[in-house]
Amino acid sequence: MSEEVLARVVREHAGRLTASLVSLLGDFAAAEDLVQDAIETALRRWPAEGVPERPDAWLFTVARRRGLDVLRRESNYRAKLARLARPEPAAADDRLRLVFTCCHPALSRAAQIALTLRVVCGLSTTQIAAAFLVPESTVAQRITRAKRKIGEAGIPYRVPSQEELPDRLGEVLAVIYLLFNEGYLSSTAERAHARDLVDDAEWLAALLVNLMPKEPETAGLLALIRLHRARGAARFDAEGRLVLLADQDRGLWDRQAIEEATRLLTRAARAHRRPGPYQVQAAIVACHAEAAGFADTDWAQILVLYDMLLHLAPSPVTRLHRAVAVRYTQGPEAALAELENLGAPLERHALFHATHASLLRDLGRREQARRADERALELTANPAQQALLEQRLRWD
Amino acid sequence: MFVETEEFARRLEEMGELEQQAAYEAVGRWFAEHADKITHHTHLAPVHTATTVRLDGAEPMITDGPFVEGKEVVSGFAEVEVADLDEALRLARSWPACPVVEIRPAS
Repeated sequence: MSEEVLARVVREHAGRLTASLVSLLGDFAAAEDLVQDAIETALRRWPAEGVPERPDAWLFTVARRRGLDVLRRESNYRAKLARLARPEPAAADDRLRLVFTCCHPALSRAAQIALTLRVVCGLSTTQIAAAFLVPESTVAQRITRAKRKIGEAGIPYRVPSQEELPDRLGEVLAVIYLLFNEGYLSSTAERAHARDLVDDAEWLAALLVNLMPKEPETAGLLALIRLHRARGAARFDAEGRLVLLADQDRGLWDRQAIEEATRLLTRAARAHRRPGPYQVQAAIVACHAEAAGFADTDWAQILVLYDMLLHLAPSPVTRLHRAVAVRYTQGPEAALAELENLGAPLERHALFHATHASLLRDLGRREQARRADERALELTANPAQQALLEQRLRWD
Repeated sequence: MFVETEEFARRLEEMGELEQQAAYEAVGRWFAEHADKITHHTHLAPVHTATTVRLDGAEPMITDGPFVEGKEVVSGFAEVEVADLDEALRLARSWPACPVVEIRPAS
């Protein structure tokens, strides 16, 4: 049995089991400990014994037995764990509460991400550490600290009220989006064996769409992730080098996935008429994905969408992306003018310097272009981006 | 206002159970001795439970942790009814626990 299959089964059940144990025990940290233990047992035994017919019941039984063991040894857990005497897990899907607890704004972003991966997706500390290239002890400490804070600071285990929801949902979507970005940008050949965070991000977004069907931004984020993934095969060439959008072989794009994601986005946008940053970003990616060739890109439409995105969520990075749309609608001179005020806020942003370089090159200012590319090269740690920039500098 | 230092927190942590018991008893005695002047007192949970809300931006910003990350943190406070600062200082001098006490009038 492949590790991928195991990971998928675990992810399908880990969050559900944690959610029902938190409900049962009223103790987040204790529930999480039991689930991690059950998952470790599963990962040890399933490769040899096969996945049981009802993995949820199997995991619950292991967690329950483990809980009863602890109960015998530790008296302070007694009252809570005694509730495990009831043999059946709660039936309802409580994972939404779990997600909102893990992404509570009183936890740091790094803690939110680690906790969500571990508690909702069932990743081990080792897997999380490997995915983010940080020491295992750092992740373990982050999780322990977050669990303590949840218990001691009184972070509630519930879905936020209607009035809190927009902000709180924003936190959850930001965590999933960061997870996606981390996985997407670092998906180079060297890390092919690392846990596919993109997969986890898509799974989480899909879970949220199912649990919160009335929130169009969840569908927007899911569509955004799927639209990016649909073009994944064309992002790297045979040697594992990054291929820019303009040079990608669009025959490699998954047309069916693009159509489905676009439909998901359109449906959500029409049904709710509440545009948000994720829906607009997905619409921009859809515009690119629908163009038969780079020359067919509807830049005018993309520019309108970027204006909308800036109105919804102003940020210098969005203004940088908008400048690229300006390049193709009004020319490099106009785009360069757009970059003028971005130099200060994006001084340490590799993409700013790389974009600056290509605009300067378009205008024949080669020496300045070289310097901007060199600056971009200094600032990126991503091997695929480094290779692309080095190549550009060599050809120049 | 009672202010803990990292050093103090570490020493308390390292104490044996009996020693800790004695330290808590000293605090209890201090409160009992000055009960006629103390109108109210509160002990705050450790700083790892802190969450800070900043309201000076366009949107309220919530962060994990105390508003200043530092080696010294407010761990509790007591309201005392005294004639003047000197009397408050006398009280503070006899405080048997954490190493910093800040005195401020309240209204």
